[in-house]
Amino acid sequence: MTLRDDWEMVVGLEVHTELKTNTKMFCGCANAFGAAPNTNVCPVCLGLPGSLPVLNVRAVELAMAIGTALHSTISPSTFHRKNYFYPDMPKDFQISQYDLPINAGGYLDLPDGSRVSIERAHLEEDTGKSTHLGGSGRIHGADRSLVDYNRSGVPLVEIVSGPDIRSSAQARTYAAELRGILIATGASDGRMEEGSMRIDANVSVRHSGDALGTRCEIKNLNSLRSLVRAIDFEAARQVELLEGGATVRQETRHWDENLGATSTMRVKEEADDYRYFREPDLVDLVPDQAWQDRVRDALKPMPAERRAVLTQRLQDPAPALLDALEVVIDLGLDPYVIAALDAAVAPDLALARAANEIASDLEHVENLSIESYVATLNMEQSGALSATQAKTVLGEILANGGEPALIAQSKGFERLASGALGEVVAQLIEENPDEWSRYSAGDEKLAQFFIGQVMKLTKGQANGKDVIAELQARR
Amino acid sequence: MPSLRREDVAHVAKLARLTMSESELDKFTEQLGQVLDHASDMNALDLEGVVATAHPFGLINVVREDERRPSLDHDVVIAMAPDAEDGRFAVPRILGEAP
Amino acid sequence: MKSVRQTALDVQHGDASALSVLEESLARIRARNEELNVFLYVDEEGARAAANAIDERVARGENVGALAGVPVALKDNLCQTNIPTTCSSKILEGWRPPYSATVVDRLVVAGAVPVGKTNLDEFAMGSSTENSAFGPTRNPLDTSRVPGGSSGGSAAAVAADMTPLALGSDTGGSIRQPAALCGLIGVKPSYGLVSRYGLIAFASSLDQIGPLTKTVTDAAMALEVIAGHDPLDSTSLPEPSPSLVAHVEDGVAGKRVGVVRELIDGADEEVVAAVERAVEVLKEAGATIVELSVPEFRLGLSAYYLIAPAEASSNLARFDGVRYGLRVDAEDVTAMMEATRTAGFGDEVKRRIMLGTYALSAGYYDAYYGQALKVRTLTIDAFRRAYQEADVLLGATTPSVAFEFGSKTADPMAMYLSDVFTIPSNLSGEPAISIPFGIGEAGLPIGVQLLGPGRSEAQLFAGARVLEIADGRP
Repeated sequence: MTLRDDWEMVVGLEVHTELKTNTKMFCGCANAFGAAPNTNVCPVCLGLPGSLPVLNVRAVELAMAIGTALHSTISPSTFHRKNYFYPDMPKDFQISQYDLPINAGGYLDLPDGSRVSIERAHLEEDTGKSTHLGGSGRIHGADRSLVDYNRSGVPLVEIVSGPDIRSSAQARTYAAELRGILIATGASDGRMEEGSMRIDANVSVRHSGDALGTRCEIKNLNSLRSLVRAIDFEAARQVELLEGGATVRQETRHWDENLGATSTMRVKEEADDYRYFREPDLVDLVPDQAWQDRVRDALKPMPAERRAVLTQRLQDPAPALLDALEVVIDLGLDPYVIAALDAAVAPDLALARAANEIASDLEHVENLSIESYVATLNMEQSGALSATQAKTVLGEILANGGEPALIAQSKGFERLASGALGEVVAQLIEENPDEWSRYSAGDEKLAQFFIGQVMKLTKGQANGKDVIAELQARR
Repeated sequence: MPSLRREDVAHVAKLARLTMSESELDKFTEQLGQVLDHASDMNALDLEGVVATAHPFGLINVVREDERRPSLDHDVVIAMAPDAEDGRFAVPRILGEAP
Repeated sequence: MKSVRQTALDVQHGDASALSVLEESLARIRARNEELNVFLYVDEEGARAAANAIDERVARGENVGALAGVPVALKDNLCQTNIPTTCSSKILEGWRPPYSATVVDRLVVAGAVPVGKTNLDEFAMGSSTENSAFGPTRNPLDTSRVPGGSSGGSAAAVAADMTPLALGSDTGGSIRQPAALCGLIGVKPSYGLVSRYGLIAFASSLDQIGPLTKTVTDAAMALEVIAGHDPLDSTSLPEPSPSLVAHVEDGVAGKRVGVVRELIDGADEEVVAAVERAVEVLKEAGATIVELSVPEFRLGLSAYYLIAPAEASSNLARFDGVRYGLRVDAEDVTAMMEATRTAGFGDEVKRRIMLGTYALSAGYYDAYYGQALKVRTLTIDAFRRAYQEADVLLGATTPSVAFEFGSKTADPMAMYLSDVFTIPSNLSGEPAISIPFGIGEAGLPIGVQLLGPGRSEAQLFAGARVLEIADGRP
């Protein structure tokens, strides 16, 4: 969406990502989603009196990996306490980084050629989770709340962009590219629906060239779709206010996905006095050059680099392939695709089976070797397997492992002998005279009808190209 | 240094989640004022360029491996709660969102 | 009771059973606890089980540890699994920690027998143990007087011969000052020497756990057991426990002792006289005496009474009625937290929370907290300069002997001023030890203090031992 007249939106994003560690940031409790309430808790993450935090080295290294990927300066850093009372925060302060974050500065180049600056990417701990009972289930109108501290102390990195984003589309591209980087660094699984990546958007509007306007912060956007809609709504709301002669009040706003609108969550109060001070129970974090180098050397290629390599291999890919290409890059499946291209598999097939079949069972991707992927696609391309059979074989390998040829054999995926296929086609022509006469008259669309019917009768054992050959032979 | 006013004490009590009666406010304003007055001896010092010390000794990079340690037994956790429901800590209604 | 050293020897050699030692301790507690209000909780059953286990191991010929069968009293801000832990505050009502402090685990591994939890100023905030929600502790040497604080219960337990060893915590003098007022040895170790895991924090950058005993050797034995790196405390020093007992008899020959004017000025005449006698004794023993002035120590009090409350205001935020301890019900969660904290904390705790919140709040941080951290740097630098001229420093522990109940409660500032000699070591994180040295006019003990650079505990024990012998306790 573009704003009317000469209004311009100015957007900065704060992305919180949960780090994919085995344990929490300051204790040895499991960092796991979906456990029974208050089972992954100990004296430290419950804030019991006398307990003390000890920093998880893996969280530090993942934060450094993110910083490295974002071209940040990895810096000597400290931890602070952010003091405020809230029931989901067991110590009534949050351990966070304040004036000295581990990653300072940096930038992210987007596929559209634009660059968004990064102000900082710092470590902090997550809070517990409240469920509101009574009323609508939202906080307002509830009569009591229940708190689960399993998430309390899960390590987070907060990545703060500069106010460089000028459209909701660019915000989306930034968030998607950042998500790809977080996955590539191994820092995050990028599952926005589970809350492992949450976005706050700072939105203001101005006439192009003017100084920055008053901004509102939209909290906890948990899908790219919400991000785009919320930014568009909020920018339009602010334009409308300003054009009506009103002013924008600096506040925190809530996005309601069902209403498609933002609403006031809390006004910035004078009482917001977090009394930051150095966390006396933790010591300084000073990563030396050798440690930084180890983290850098362990980094896998980032999405931008992998996208460039794959795009080059595909030699000016057709526009229809671009979505599949993005999925492949996003999920890190490009090694499969490149190996298939090396084995002369057609680009569309090499991309499609990865972007669809592998992507749909990503959890088991380690069951499928690159060799098996290539072998299956070769069998499909040569006609030894139909498309449906090839998909079944890939699905089976992902679920339970195994060799493509053996699985095809055990499932009886022999190519239908042409005699047998001929019989089936003849039977269908007899049963569907209208469709046959239209096909015979040159309506090629009807070929798909016959292929579908053949597949049904043969339970997918036929090859589409063979069916067309049979049909043409009888026309 | 700024001198302590009664409204400062009231504001601080709110930040600290403490209720103060009128007479307590008077008493605390006086007592805290005395301590702050005593602290004004620091104000006479030229501390320009002096580094702040938050830690007595300069340890750095104290970390632990990313290894599991046992969590507490759920029943023990919930037994501590002043009020619990469904294995979670129950609190009266929350008036506002977290900052 | 017998000393820590003698008790452990007796139990190790089978000359006394751990159970008989414990029963003597429990009998003494029963005899005087009501009068003195020393123990808030006595774990008779648990202690007997522990003592029996020691005796069985002795019978099997096993090595039972350096503190075999030694009854130990724990200040009630140290967590012990499933034993009520209150910090002498109503706000922790009914709470039993599901874990033990590292020091408690280490004592138990060394064969010591925890007998119970001792009274303190609420959350260790005070210098007289009058700030306890469960009533004051009386000084066993004169029950009209305070035992000092905040580790007043632990000091009284040893002074009343209830246990030969107690652990306290020292944030601004809370071990050394009651040790001085009760005629005991009290040690504030180097910051990080003893793990703070399981010590309910008052001011995290200042707190240290240490022993209170009747002899220097006993204190060295106890500190050896509880000291040493702990991976559960990020501020724990990386090295293992130092060798201390072996150096107790090293003497002070050839050492330079700095007598610091600011650690004497303002003290009562009899206290000054005791320090002067200590100077003579150390000189006789071969030390060189250096007169020093360290004006920065005077500023320490101001810095301390901003830094400690600031950290405390944050450390004590968690007592909000949500997860454990007291809850006072109210309409909404904010009101519940406020009602709980208002009912659960005593006046002194509220004072310090307010002071600390103010010192950290927007607009005042630089003037108060920020300035205090810089003064802390000045104090550390001043110590460093002093240690270029002296190996150890000598001064008084407290300006006066034990004072009477109520004499300072109305005036918080007067109470704070009684910590003026002990605070500098907490700010610098360096060790200090208080040793009884002489008796004042009222028949009450006087404490003198030896201070040293970080990790110099062995040297301090050696100096303290020289004074101990000279004071008639060979």
